[in-house]
Amino acid sequence: MDRDHIRNFCIIAHIDHGKSTLADRIIEMTGLLTSREMQAQVLDNMDLERERGITIKAQTVRTVYKARNGEEYIFNLIDTPGHVDFNYEVSRSLAACDGAILVVDAAQGIEAQTLANVYLALDHDLDVFPVINKIDLPSADPDTVAHEIEDVIGIEAMDAPRISAKNGINIEEVLEAIVNKVPAPDGDEKAPLQALIFDSLYDSYKGVIVFVRIKNGTVKRGTPIKMMATGATAEVVEVGYFGAGQFIPCDELSAGMVGYITASIKNVRDTAVGDTVTNAENPCKEPLPGYKKVQSMVYCGVYPADGAKYPDLRDALEKLQLNDASLFYEPETSVALGFGFRCGFLGLLHLEIIQERLEREYNLDLVTTAPGVVYRVHKTNGEMIELTNPTNLPDPSEIDYMEEPVVNAEIMVTKEFVGSIMELCQQRRGRYVSMEYIEENRALIRYVLPLNEIIYDFFDALKSRSRGYASFDYDLKGYERSELVKLDILINREEVDALSFIVFKDSAYERGRKMCEKLKEEIPRHLFEIPIQAAIGGKVIARETVKAMRKDVLAKCYGGDITRKKKLLEKQKEGKKRMRQIGNVEVPQKAFMSVLKLDNE
Amino acid sequence: MNDAGMIYVHIPFCVKKCDYCDFVSGVCEKNVQEAYFKALKEEIVKRSESAPDKRVGSVFFGGGTPSIVDAGRIKDILDLIRVRFEIEDDAEMTIEANPNSVTSDKLKVYREAGINRISIGLQSSKDDELKTLGRVHTFKEFLKTYDLVRTAGFSNVNIDIMSAVPGQTLDSYHETLKTVATLNPEHISAYSLIVEEGTPFFERYKDGAGLPDEDTERKMYHDTESILKEYGYERYEISNYARPGYECKHNMGYWTGRRYMGFGVAAASYDGSGRRTNTEDLNEYIGGNWERETIELSETDKIEEFMFLGLRMTRGISKSGFKEAFGKDIYDVYNVQIQKLKDHGLIVESGERIFLSKLGTDVANTVMAEFMF
Repeated sequence: MDRDHIRNFCIIAHIDHGKSTLADRIIEMTGLLTSREMQAQVLDNMDLERERGITIKAQTVRTVYKARNGEEYIFNLIDTPGHVDFNYEVSRSLAACDGAILVVDAAQGIEAQTLANVYLALDHDLDVFPVINKIDLPSADPDTVAHEIEDVIGIEAMDAPRISAKNGINIEEVLEAIVNKVPAPDGDEKAPLQALIFDSLYDSYKGVIVFVRIKNGTVKRGTPIKMMATGATAEVVEVGYFGAGQFIPCDELSAGMVGYITASIKNVRDTAVGDTVTNAENPCKEPLPGYKKVQSMVYCGVYPADGAKYPDLRDALEKLQLNDASLFYEPETSVALGFGFRCGFLGLLHLEIIQERLEREYNLDLVTTAPGVVYRVHKTNGEMIELTNPTNLPDPSEIDYMEEPVVNAEIMVTKEFVGSIMELCQQRRGRYVSMEYIEENRALIRYVLPLNEIIYDFFDALKSRSRGYASFDYDLKGYERSELVKLDILINREEVDALSFIVFKDSAYERGRKMCEKLKEEIPRHLFEIPIQAAIGGKVIARETVKAMRKDVLAKCYGGDITRKKKLLEKQKEGKKRMRQIGNVEVPQKAFMSVLKLDNE
Repeated sequence: MNDAGMIYVHIPFCVKKCDYCDFVSGVCEKNVQEAYFKALKEEIVKRSESAPDKRVGSVFFGGGTPSIVDAGRIKDILDLIRVRFEIEDDAEMTIEANPNSVTSDKLKVYREAGINRISIGLQSSKDDELKTLGRVHTFKEFLKTYDLVRTAGFSNVNIDIMSAVPGQTLDSYHETLKTVATLNPEHISAYSLIVEEGTPFFERYKDGAGLPDEDTERKMYHDTESILKEYGYERYEISNYARPGYECKHNMGYWTGRRYMGFGVAAASYDGSGRRTNTEDLNEYIGGNWERETIELSETDKIEEFMFLGLRMTRGISKSGFKEAFGKDIYDVYNVQIQKLKDHGLIVESGERIFLSKLGTDVANTVMAEFMF
């Protein structure tokens, strides 16, 4: 089919505004799948994604639409991840498209993520057209939302299709809009191959499957290819396009098309998202713009609860990484927790997803340490180290100064909550940038925030202070100099490496005190008194005491009680087995993680 | 009492359930009681048929409040037990009674039926504390009951008292202790209140507010031993005190691994290899579905029980007893644990026996949990 009849597009929306449901309807209406074959939300095919209602990996599907003008069009719908952690993946997916459907909830209107994604799409020169969804809701107000879209984003919205993806209302209007408003791709089949990698996944039969948008040239079986950034080379084994949930081989992919390439590549790290695939023997002059090496934003220690499961954890991480090049890990040893890994993630959601997958899909019990960001430590000898594990902080006498990552944050919130949201940002060391009212009742607040202030529970705090209405988006701004210290925790006068963390100097006392209080709750009483101390460089700044156990005895135990009392003792013993020994103190695994949630209490 | 077995009969009826009580018991209509006793008799008859060893060294009627039902019913049950089992001449025959629920006529029937020990639930000599506990009697009413019991000729009497009651002070508890000891019962059970889930007390006191604090509670516990000692009582188990020779044989049986058959709703039995529990559902029990489950005990189960039950007793466990029961040396099984607990001063090894130290008694669960596999 010629390029004029191809439409490469994506759907962008705030979380829960109905992106995946609309995608389902499009796939359904274009007839590639019967209704019976449809699982609810075809695109989100990881269980976890379906449960959380978010898209983690970009999914792509090719369908055929017979338009009202009687001609058939190929639709390549490229689904984009819906979370700020995966911003880079989003940008690469967008770069593979020529247009974007902006889905806006008819009741909720524009949200922070909507804006962020629209701007990202406009940055990529995509033609964006809006769709107003959920018109069936009683609180739907499509007119107001249309005005809002025009006022805030500045794109035509009065003729936007008003639909209910859930109930299949007016979906055909969307399909016609795709034909008429998304431009056909351009490019030159005869030019040297130039293809953008927007995703890849590992398949145990085919090896790595590379998702590409062909910008120029042609690729087919036998083409020698080269990844321009990683330098990896291979010979193409198969090319094809994306059926819903399956790979359909074809003869060749040429300029303007979206499809996949397999080439017996063993490792997704060789096919980095954003890299350019070219013909190894007839390379293009320049790679496509925008490639970035994926960098971990958040690090934490991941340990098996049962030390004997270390090899299982390693295998699981290895397998997960096959499909997730953005997951980083390296072996690490902790005095308190034994053998484990320091893992790097794109953000806290990414961390949570990996943790859940390890526990759920690989059946592992994990202990994770407090997540931290990457600090830059400038030493007096001129050397700079990137610190991912607080324990590795050099001696203070060797440190000249330190820097921490900061983000540009955009928060959208209704008028009544502006005060409390600003207060929250101030508490988190935010630097006010600007505030504007995007409509009478809603403000867009911009702050520069240190990343380490938002990785724990910022999102929860935001939600609870705005009764769930605030939406939030951020991107990395860079590094800024900051007064940071390492806070150590001592249990019964022994320093516990797994509990150390880096903190802003002025917040150290507060956090130290909260840590001690929390640990006091978590550590069971022993036969002796246990001091819990927070210290900076050997100087104790906060202290709590777990009092010695005075009483642990059952007054009664007669014939009828024996079974029940025995269970109680067994449970007590079992609980002890699951504890970590710090000196002569038994610390529950839970204690290492509960200290992550210190705020809001 | 050689190696004869024991019998426990559960009478799940009360005038009113106390606010701290988590036993299977409650207030019931006469006709339910009638049906219950019918089922009880059927269970006794049926299960006695398959009992390999019919010798019985003690019988215990517990509840609930066994003394609120017609004494004739108790006598009926005892008569049946005598027919179906072989009661030893020196058997201990106990019934639990609450103040106000016994009359001299009832006591006379008990005597005739062969009951020779009465356990009276008093809990406190302070009326305000009795009220807090949700008891249905005053101290004065208890005194009357106690007098009736003595007058009826019972020469082995236990009085239950309770410490760590909400609102109780060290002084008021001391007074209860001394008042009770002055009455000169043969046996005193002094329990520290346990706030059990599922009781009205749990809702009221689960966070500990209103209860004597831990230091006071421990002082009450330690003072119990020292004060009662002045009156000639020895502590022989975590919560039990007796004049020499009056230790409760029945309860000692539980702690030394003796066989017992429990009849009635929620009653437990142990035949030397399996522990059986009856249903806790009164209707189900009356309907003839007595048994809920039987759990066969493994060798390790038995070893664990030998330790944690034996250590409840002041005299502790016997090393030769261990070897006799399990055919191996206790050090082959528990060397590490014994050393560790000795080092921490939680247990004492003295000649043939190992027992809890004073500190070990305060944290008995911690000690016992060490012996669980």
